[in-house]
Amino acid sequence: MTKTQHRVWKYGDNVNTDVIFPGKYTYTIDRDPVELARHALEDLDPSFAGAVQSGDVIVAGRNWGNGSSREQAVKCLIAVGVHAVIASSFARIYYRNAINGGLLVITCPELAEVVVGGATIEIDMDEARIHYAGAAYSFPPLPDQVREIVSAGGIIAYLQQKY
Amino acid sequence: MTEKLLARASGNDTVKPGEIVFIEPDVILSHDNTAAIAKTFELLPQARVMHPDRLAITLDHAAPPPTAMHAQNHARVREFVRAQGIANFFDVGRGICHQVLCEEGIVGPGMTLLGADSHSTHYGWLGAFSAGIGRSEVAALWATGQLWLRVPETMRITLSGKLNAGVATKDLTIRLIGKLSSDGATYMAAEFDGDGIAPLTPDSRAVLTNMMAEMGAKNACMAPDAVTWRWLEMTLRRTRHDDHDARLAYFRQRALFADPGANYAARHQIALGEIEPMISRPHSVDNAQALSELPSTAVDVGFIGSCTNGRLEDIAAAADIARGRRLNKRLIVIPASSMVLRDAAEAGYIADLVDAGATIGTPGCGPCMGVHAGVLAPGEVCISSANRNFRGRMGEPSAEIYLANPAVVAASCIAGRLIHPAELTG
Repeated sequence: MTKTQHRVWKYGDNVNTDVIFPGKYTYTIDRDPVELARHALEDLDPSFAGAVQSGDVIVAGRNWGNGSSREQAVKCLIAVGVHAVIASSFARIYYRNAINGGLLVITCPELAEVVVGGATIEIDMDEARIHYAGAAYSFPPLPDQVREIVSAGGIIAYLQQKY
Repeated sequence: MTEKLLARASGNDTVKPGEIVFIEPDVILSHDNTAAIAKTFELLPQARVMHPDRLAITLDHAAPPPTAMHAQNHARVREFVRAQGIANFFDVGRGICHQVLCEEGIVGPGMTLLGADSHSTHYGWLGAFSAGIGRSEVAALWATGQLWLRVPETMRITLSGKLNAGVATKDLTIRLIGKLSSDGATYMAAEFDGDGIAPLTPDSRAVLTNMMAEMGAKNACMAPDAVTWRWLEMTLRRTRHDDHDARLAYFRQRALFADPGANYAARHQIALGEIEPMISRPHSVDNAQALSELPSTAVDVGFIGSCTNGRLEDIAAAADIARGRRLNKRLIVIPASSMVLRDAAEAGYIADLVDAGATIGTPGCGPCMGVHAGVLAPGEVCISSANRNFRGRMGEPSAEIYLANPAVVAASCIAGRLIHPAELTG
C-alpha cells in the first residue's frame, strides 16, 4: 500500500518561489484552495494549473523553491493535488515549509537527472526507493525528529496532537 | 560562531553540524504576514502567545496599503498586537523590519532571531544568529517558544584588502553569489572574517549578510568590532532614550566570537581590490556579470531601496550622482526606515534627488516584491538596488530586472542605459 504510482511534471534547476507562487498575491491569497490552485506555477508553466491532476508529482533539478519564505509556494501545490516534489536539492526554507505544511519532499538527484515529463514513476516509501523505467533510485529518509512532524501532517497538526 | 550561538540558544554546551536542536530564539519576527500567521495560531490550543515580549512585528511589505484588502490585513495585525499585548510593534511608515529591528536595538550581538522573512539572515552583521522560517513555524513559535533547527555546517569567507573607489559591497555580494551560485551555501552558515571587514561601513556590512539568503545560507554573520559598537552606540542613543547604556552593556555581555581553531566545511578567500562593479542579469541573482562586460542595455525605470540597499549610505551615493543632473528615466527612491528618511532629508539628499526628478516613497519594502509602489509594466526593464530579480518579482513576468549598487542605478537612470557613474563624470 505504500507503493504509489504518479505522473511526472519535469522542471529544471533553481525554480524559485516567485514563479511557483507570485509575490503580488501573497497578502491577498493565503489559504483558499481554489485561489491557491489557480496561480500554481503561474510564471513558470502557465499550462500547469489547468492540466495537473491529483496525485501527480513534480521532479526538478537543484535548489527547488529558492527565494521567499512564502508558504503559498507549498500550499498551492497541495491545493492542486501534487503528491510530492522530488528534486536534486531544495532551498532550505522551502524544505522546512514543505515538512511543516505536509507536502512530501524527496531529495533524489539520480532520478531528477534521467526522468522525463509525462513519465510514470512508482514511489516506495517503506523501502525509500523510486522505480522508473526498470531501475530503482534510493533516497535518504528524513531524520527521526522531523519525521514525527511530517507523519502528524505538519507542525500545526503536530502541536494540536501534542497539547 | 554560529555553533556557539545555537548551543547557547538550545541550552547545550556544544552542538555539532547536522544535529537537530530545539532553540528558543530571543526574537520572533513577522510583518504584514502576521495576520495570516495569527489565523494559523488560532488553530492551536494556546490562546495566548507564550512570550509576547519576544515578538517583533512591522508593517512594511504593503505599506501604506494599496488596496482595501491590504488595509484590512493591517487592521487585523493591529488587533492581534493589541489583544496579545505586543510592545515591539512598528506601524506603517517606520520602515522595513530588518532595518527597524537593528535601529531599535531589538536584535544585537550574541542574540538569536527567527523570522517569517527570507532575508532574516540580515542580523548577522551585528554578530547575531538569524534565519528565515515559514509562517506556520512562526505560529508554532508563538505558542511554544521553541523550534527545531538543523545545526548548519559553516562556510568561512575571508575578505582581505579594500574595495576600490566606485565599488560597493553590493558588487562584492553579487560577485560572491555569481561565483558560488544561488545554492552555494544551502543549509550552511556563511561566516565572514578577515582584515577586509574593518574598513566596511555599517550600512554596507548589512548588504552582505542580508543577501546571503540569495546563496541559500541558513544564516550569515561576522564578529562585532569597533565599527559595530560605534554604530550601536550612536543609533541606540536616538531610539532608546531611557536604556541605551543598559542595552549596550547587555549586548557586550551577550556577544560571541569564533574560536581560533574552529572547524569549517568550506573556505573561500576574496581579495576586495579585485572586485569590480557587478550586475545580476535577469532572472536570477547568480546570473552575475561585470558591468564593464555588459552589452549596452537600455533601462526604463530605476529603484533604490529595500532591506539590502535602502540605507543612508545608499541614498547618499544616489544623491551624489543625481546632484545638479537631470534623470532621463524614472527613479523611485524608498528609504529603508523613517530614520533613514529623516537623515537623508537633513543631509539634503532628498532635495538633490527630487530636484533631479526622482520619486520618494514611504519607508518600507516598496515595489521589491511586486505588490505596489512602482511595479513594472509588461516588457519594462528595471535597474534595481534590491535583492531579487526573479521573473515576475516586481509584479510582471515579462519585465526584466537587473540588480546593481545604488550609484549604478542612479547613473543608469540619468544615461537611460546601464552605466557606471564614472562614465558620467568621465
